[in-house]
Amino acid sequence: MSSFADRSLAQLTVVRFREFLREPEAVFWVFLFPILLAAGLGLAFRNRPAEVLKIAAVSREIVAPLRQEKLLDVQALDATAAETALRAGKVALVAEPGSGGAVVYRYDDTNPEGRTARMLADRALQRAAGRIDPVSSSDRLMSEPGSRYIDFLLPGLLGMNLMGSSIWGLAFGVVDARRKKLLKRLIATPMPRYEYLLSFLLSRLAMLVIEVSTLLGFGVLVFHVPVWGSLAGFMALCVLGSLSFSSLGLLIASRARTIEAVSGITNLVMMPMWILSGVFFSSQRFPDIIQPAIHALPLTALINALRANMLQGASLGQLWPEAAVLGAWLVVGFTLALKLFRWR
Amino acid sequence: MSESTTPAALQVRGLRKAYQDVVAVDGLDLEVRRGECFGLLGPNGAGKTTTIEICEGLTTPDSGDVEVLGMRWSTQAMALRQRLGIQLQDTQLSDKLTVFETVRLFRSFYHQGPAAAEMIDLMQLGEKRSSRVGSLSGGQKQRLALACALVGAPDLLFLDEPTTGLDPQARRQLWDVIDAFRGEGRTILLTTHYMDEAEKLCDRVAIMDHGRQIALGTPRELVASIGGEHLVEFSVGDKGRALDTETLRHIEGVSDVRLDADTGNVRMQVDELHRAVPALLNEINRQGIPLTELRTHSATLEDVFVALTGRHLRDE
Repeated sequence: MSSFADRSLAQLTVVRFREFLREPEAVFWVFLFPILLAAGLGLAFRNRPAEVLKIAAVSREIVAPLRQEKLLDVQALDATAAETALRAGKVALVAEPGSGGAVVYRYDDTNPEGRTARMLADRALQRAAGRIDPVSSSDRLMSEPGSRYIDFLLPGLLGMNLMGSSIWGLAFGVVDARRKKLLKRLIATPMPRYEYLLSFLLSRLAMLVIEVSTLLGFGVLVFHVPVWGSLAGFMALCVLGSLSFSSLGLLIASRARTIEAVSGITNLVMMPMWILSGVFFSSQRFPDIIQPAIHALPLTALINALRANMLQGASLGQLWPEAAVLGAWLVVGFTLALKLFRWR
Repeated sequence: MSESTTPAALQVRGLRKAYQDVVAVDGLDLEVRRGECFGLLGPNGAGKTTTIEICEGLTTPDSGDVEVLGMRWSTQAMALRQRLGIQLQDTQLSDKLTVFETVRLFRSFYHQGPAAAEMIDLMQLGEKRSSRVGSLSGGQKQRLALACALVGAPDLLFLDEPTTGLDPQARRQLWDVIDAFRGEGRTILLTTHYMDEAEKLCDRVAIMDHGRQIALGTPRELVASIGGEHLVEFSVGDKGRALDTETLRHIEGVSDVRLDADTGNVRMQVDELHRAVPALLNEINRQGIPLTELRTHSATLEDVFVALTGRHLRDE
């Protein structure tokens, strides 16, 4: 009975792991949901070729020159039909002859499609009439990996996932055991109390490897998301992030007695970070005055650090401010949690 | 070692514990000898659970002294935990784990004890070894809880209401398992509000009410202390008022007669059934009153509790 597997810390950790894997909902939210989200958003925001815009031309003379522009789909309509089509949004712009050979464009200038159609249509007509652009220009398109939305999104999803599973895993697990009086039963045995808490952290780390590699593997294989920084640095960031969210989870769970209470507090803690920390869009969009507060949030620190590692190849040494934020949350959260923790 | 020099398994002196305004335990003294099964019997709210949880080191008393296996919670908690087996009143073990995984987890906390599989067989759970805890019946869950309490081969076992909520068959099965553990010469302290459980399992019983001990002794001594060992109940229907109870009191060995004149029900405490019943029948016959019902039963701890407090154990 002295084998490693029968040591209490090993048993406690294995039990945590089993309990998690036997909860189908938890497995879905931790492993499958982020992949579905990444797939959905990656498809929705994929880089498509520029769309062809529909416009209407009332005079026959200008239909031919407009059709020279490949990005315009030109219909020849009479004045009333063109008017109806514009109002119904079926065309973005109507070109009609004005007095003295002029052209009048009718469009809604608050609609980006209308403004684009105006520029394209005018350029086509001017060139057809003999205008030569004084400056020659050419285009180089941004579609290489590293600068697309999915590249921005994946580190955000990773961070969000680590936050969710760490906080939930700990807070729910501890409160559930307290509610069932299992905590009280365990402290009636000679089990060292720190081992119980440590088993949560150890099982988190084991889970982390699976969790991160599924989401990252999916991103790399399906969307060719790059990881330009060192993989060791990347894993170190994930571990540090996960530990600091776990300590937050432990703090949330330190006194709550019911699942309802712990759900409420957990949502209260996570909601601001979902919105402010730049999971789906850059946190720079928020006013400057709250930027220091946003940067002090653990999720902001983790996501910024992961993005810098993956997309800019930043080394751990360059990411020390983010690491310091995560470390501070870890130490403060854990110390406070141990002080407040209620075993029964 | 002789009886007198063997230290008690558990020694409690002047124990007091109050919650807000309610005094749960009010100056309690207890001594549990090594090798005995000691029962704390009393109605809900008598202070049994608070007492046992103080002895288990889970609750700190306001005042009083507790010595367990010659050790104290303040100085030797870890050494003590290694030698105690504890079953709490309503622990829910994790539904997601199997019986074997659960017992193996608890086994990992102790330095000594039987292998998990052996413990499971001992608790008659062998067939359920690989079943999830969530799928067990109430009786099986209680036996699993007992397996977790016993897997460290404890010297002293605490059981708080071990059979509450179980059906009669499951209770008997649990009693058998507890009896088997007693056979190994270990000490048990259990709380219960079932008098038949205390009678079946306990060598000595302390009856508690309102945080105090109101009686102490073997079940037999306690029953004897209220006078008659047997109860005779009979009914004379609507002839209750015609019955002369005074002559009944003078029958040899009868210690108490209570008549409910409206229903015609009579309750008598008697010493020796074989003498009292024929005498009773003769007397009733002499008075010319027809008997509509006659029952007898041995006095139980329930009757002791009623005699001491005027209330029933399970007046909830």
